[in-house]
Parts: sequence; C-alpha cells; structure tokens
Amino acid sequence: MAGGIFAIQHLRTRDRSYDLKSYVAIHMSLILAVGALITGSIWARGFWGHWWLWDEPTLVSFLIVFLLYATYQPLRFSIEDPERQARYASVFAIVAGTFVPLNFMAVRMATEKTHPRTLTAGGMPAEVWTTFFVALVGVTLLFVTLWKYEMAAKHTRFELKSLRRRLTGDSGDPAPPTRSAAPQVTA
Amino acid sequence: MSNGEKYLLAAYLVFLALVLVYVVIMARRLGGMEDDLAELRRLAAERERAEDDREPEPVA
Repeated sequence: MAGGIFAIQHLRTRDRSYDLKSYVAIHMSLILAVGALITGSIWARGFWGHWWLWDEPTLVSFLIVFLLYATYQPLRFSIEDPERQARYASVFAIVAGTFVPLNFMAVRMATEKTHPRTLTAGGMPAEVWTTFFVALVGVTLLFVTLWKYEMAAKHTRFELKSLRRRLTGDSGDPAPPTRSAAPQVTA
Repeated sequence: MSNGEKYLLAAYLVFLALVLVYVVIMARRLGGMEDDLAELRRLAAERERAEDDREPEPVA
C-alpha cells in the first residue's frame, strides 16, 4: 500500500523520486512476502499438518496478491522509455495497492476454514494478541529500516555515477543506456 | 520439544537466514560503493595535481 501512496504522489507531482520510493517499497514487500510464504508454510506444516491449504481464503488470497505484485518488475522491464515506465508502474502500484484492503475485507467475508481471522473480535485467541502485535511492530520496523537503507544505497549510487561523469569530464552517458526495471533517478 | 515447536523454530531460522542473506547482499553493494568512492577520490586528487601543475608563474 505504501507503494501505491508513493505512486499517487508520483502521478500528482511527476517527481521521479516518488517512483523510486514506490519501487523500493514494492521491492521490499516482495522480499518480505517470500519470507511470509516460506515461514508460514513451515509453521502450517508443524501446527496444521499441511504445508498449504488451497481451500483457505486467507492463504490463497495472499498468494494472489503476491503473484499480482510479482508482475511489477517484469512490467517495468518490458517498457524501455523511463518516463513511460515510471507512469505505467505508478498506475499499476495504485491499482495493486487498492487491491490489498479489498482483499483484506473479502477474506473477512469468506467462510473461515483453518486460518483464524486476525484483527477481528473472537478471531484470535487472547494469548496470541501480544505476540501478534509485537511481531507486527517488529516486521514494520524492519520494513522501514530496510526501505530507508535501500533508498540511501540507491541515492548514493546515483550520486557516485554523477560524480564520476563530472570527474572524467564526460558530459553524456559513458555507455548507451541499458534497459532496467529500476527507476533511473538523476542525482 | 514438540513436533510443532520444531517447525516453529525452523520457520524463525529461515526468516533469520533470509534477513542475513539480504544484509550480506547489501554489505557487498556497500563494499562496491566504497571502491567506487576510493576511485573517485583518486581521480579528484589527480585532477587537482594536474591543475596545480598548470597554474601560471606569478608575475614579479
């Protein structure tokens, strides 16, 4: 959803730094989602006796959202023009971002099978609430930290490229621009 | 330790491993940036030296 909010800012202001923020947020979310899918499956095998349950709306809807976001990078890579790439990626990020709360509500309307509904009265046992919120805060802080780190790394790389061009006296690009899924923001 | 707890421990270890792999990747990238920075510092020093050499002699 953070990616969608940054994407709205990008379309409103045309400031490419918001595209970069959106890109990094979605990139980090995908990494954490892979972690959630793997560790969730291991946990489910231990406590439910199954690696995956195809009739459980919570799991299947999470997988659908994950697969939706997994198409973000190929979408970016398929568009060569950086301006068009940023614009289309922002539209995608907004549509996918609105899908997240819709998905959250749809799961609550579906019949509960094995996975308890979180953040609903009577959904989770009382003793799980503390663990759940500590884990939620922890993962949120991890996400913010990694996002900031990734942003700082990208900005530093852009700065280094720009400095190298100035020091070598090369006014143009040293090599023809290569196609990339990552936003190319000038420092 | 019950069977479920063993899987829980495995899940935590996998998560820790994922974070560690990410940190290692970031550390390698940071190392690359430090190398780039060192090269730029060398280029800047070379340029300064070249400019000093080109400076005209002060007129008496």
